[in-house]
Amino acid sequence: MFASHLDKRICTPDVEKVPNRNGYGEGLKEAGERDKNVVALCADLTGSTRTNIFADAFPDRFVQCGIAEQNMASVASGMAAMGKVPFIAGYAMFSPGRSWEQVRTTIAYNNANVKIIGAHAGVSVGPDGATHQAIEDIAIMRVIPNMVVIAPCDSIEAKKATLAAAKYEGPVYIRLARDKTPVVTTEDSPFEIGKAEIFLEKDQTHEKTIGIIVTGILAHHALSAAKTLNEEGMGVSVMHMATIKPLDTKKLDSFVLEHTVIVTVEEHQVAGGLGSAIAEHVSATNPKRIVRIGVEDSFGQSGEPEELISNYGMDTDSILEKIRNIEYEK
Amino acid sequence: MNYLSDTEIKNLEAKANDIRQSVIEMLVAAGSGHTAGPLDMADIFALLYFNILKHDPKNPAWEERDRLVLSAGHICPVLYAAMAHAEYFPVEELVTLRKYGSRLQGHPHRETLPGLETSSGPLGSGLSQAVGMALAERMDNPYTSKFVYCITGDGELQEGQIWEAAMLAGKEQLHNLVVIVDRNAIQIDGYTKDVMPLESLRDKFESFNFDVQEVDGHNIRMVNDAIGKAQSVYGQPSVIIAHTISSKGVDVFERDFRWHGNPPGKGPEDRIPKGEQAEVALEKLRTLGGMIIPSDS
Repeated sequence: MFASHLDKRICTPDVEKVPNRNGYGEGLKEAGERDKNVVALCADLTGSTRTNIFADAFPDRFVQCGIAEQNMASVASGMAAMGKVPFIAGYAMFSPGRSWEQVRTTIAYNNANVKIIGAHAGVSVGPDGATHQAIEDIAIMRVIPNMVVIAPCDSIEAKKATLAAAKYEGPVYIRLARDKTPVVTTEDSPFEIGKAEIFLEKDQTHEKTIGIIVTGILAHHALSAAKTLNEEGMGVSVMHMATIKPLDTKKLDSFVLEHTVIVTVEEHQVAGGLGSAIAEHVSATNPKRIVRIGVEDSFGQSGEPEELISNYGMDTDSILEKIRNIEYEK
Repeated sequence: MNYLSDTEIKNLEAKANDIRQSVIEMLVAAGSGHTAGPLDMADIFALLYFNILKHDPKNPAWEERDRLVLSAGHICPVLYAAMAHAEYFPVEELVTLRKYGSRLQGHPHRETLPGLETSSGPLGSGLSQAVGMALAERMDNPYTSKFVYCITGDGELQEGQIWEAAMLAGKEQLHNLVVIVDRNAIQIDGYTKDVMPLESLRDKFESFNFDVQEVDGHNIRMVNDAIGKAQSVYGQPSVIIAHTISSKGVDVFERDFRWHGNPPGKGPEDRIPKGEQAEVALEKLRTLGGMIIPSDS
C-alpha cells in the first residue's frame, strides 16, 4: 500500500511532472527570506540551476563566479568562515566533479557551512551526452568526512531538502536532475535529513519478499515496478533513501530483516553509490542478498532521458525484469 | 599609514629573528618540513603579527579581527612560530610540529588550532578562500576597514585556481583584500624560471585589476609602507610582490632551491651536507651572524 502522504496520481497518466531543480530554486529563495546570511554562488548556470530565482530576489547576496567551479567552492568556504550560509550551484559533473579536492579540503576538512548543489546529475541529462552526465557524484561525495549526501526524489522534496540544508550546520551535497520527473510526494510528506521513508509497504502474507531501496528521481520507477509486482501477487516494499549519507541505519536494519532480498535502485554507477552504501552496512550487520540496479561500469551517451534510463536498465520494465529473474535460495 | 620608528623596526627585526630560531628548532624536532619559505617570510610574519594585524591572541574568534589566510600552507612553521610568539599558544608547543596528536599539523588545520583562519596546503585554494572572506565582509559592510591578508608562494601562482580567484577579486573590486606573494624564486624542482616562468607577475596582476607593488621582503619598513598603501587603495584588490631571498637568515641555506622541502640536517646525502647544520644555523641567528654574543651563553 502506498504511503498515505504520497500524491494520489502516482503511477497514473495524470501525475504531474516537474524538474526537481525547480524545488531547489524555490527553496533557496525561501531560505533567503528566512535567513539573511544565506547567499548563492553560481558558475554561469544561473538559469538552468534555478539559482536565478534567488539572484533576482537578492541580487546583493548573489555572486556570479563565472566558469570557475574550483574557485567557487573555495570562495564559498571563505564566505562560510565569515558567517554566511553559501549555496554553490553548478552541473554535478563539474561541481563537485571538477572541484572535488576543493570541496574535500576547503569545505569538508574545514567543516564549512557550505551547501553544494549538483544539478544535471545522471544519464537523464539526455542529449548533452556522457561528458555532462555525472553518474559518479554520490560515490565521490559520500567518501568525504563531514559531508551529508541527499538525492531528492522530486521537486517538492528538493525544496524541503534545500530548506533543511540551510538550517543544518555543516557541508551538504544535494543531487538534482535536469529532466521533468513525476512528483511523487506532497507537501504533507515528511522530510528530514538522515531519515528514510517507506513509500510502499507490502502486505504481510508473503514468504518471499523484495525490499526495494531507491534514491533520487527513480523513485517513481521503483514504485511503478513494485505496484505491478504486488498486483501479480508478490510482496514488494519500497523505501526511499533521500539521504545517502548518513544512512538511516535504524530504518534500514528493520527493512532488511523484513524482506528476503534487497534491491537498490539509483541513477548512478552501481559501484560506490547507494547500492554500495547499503551493501557496506548490511554485510556488516544482517548479511542478505542485495541486487544493485544502476549504471554498470559504463559511461552515458546522448539520447532522450527516458530512453537512456531504459537502455541503462533503470526504468520500470528493467526493474520488473530484474526482480522477476531473482532466484531464491531453496 | 602606520609609521615605524627605528626602535620599532629593531624590535620587529628581533621578533623575526626569534621566529627564525623557532622555525629551525621546529623543523629539527619534526625531522621533516619546509625550510626556505618559513625562513624568508619571517620578517613579513613578524611585521604582520606584531604591527599590522588587528587581532587578539587571547580571543582568537574576536569578530572584528583582520583575517590572515596562509595560502602557501607548507610554510606553516613561520605561521605557527609567529602565533606562538604573539601568545596564541605556548612557544613550548612549537616542537610538536608534525607529531601525532599535535595541534600543529604538517599543513594547517583550522579545526585543531584556534587562530588559524583556514586549513591549507593544497596550493591555490587559500586565495579563493580569502576572496570569499573579503566578499562576505564587504556584503555586510561596503566601506569595511577589516582586511583580509593572503600569503601565497610564487610557485603556487602556477595553479589555475589562483587566476580564477584573481579574476573574481578584480571583478568584485575587493579593496579589503591584500595579497602578499613570497617571491623567493624557488620551488621544489628548481628555480621558478626553469620549472614554469611566472613573469611578468606585475603585468599579470595588473591585467586582473590589482594594484601592484613590489618590495624588498626583508626590508620591514618598506613592507610596512606598502601594506599601508595597499590599505588605502579603493576599488581594487592589492598585491604586494615581496622579493625575498629563500631561506633568508641562514646564509648556508640561502638561494638554494634544495632547501625548499628539506629540513636542516635531513637533506639527501648526495646533495646537501649533513652534520650540525641546525646548530650552526641557530648559532648564526642567535648571534646575528657573529656580531653579538647572546647574554645567556
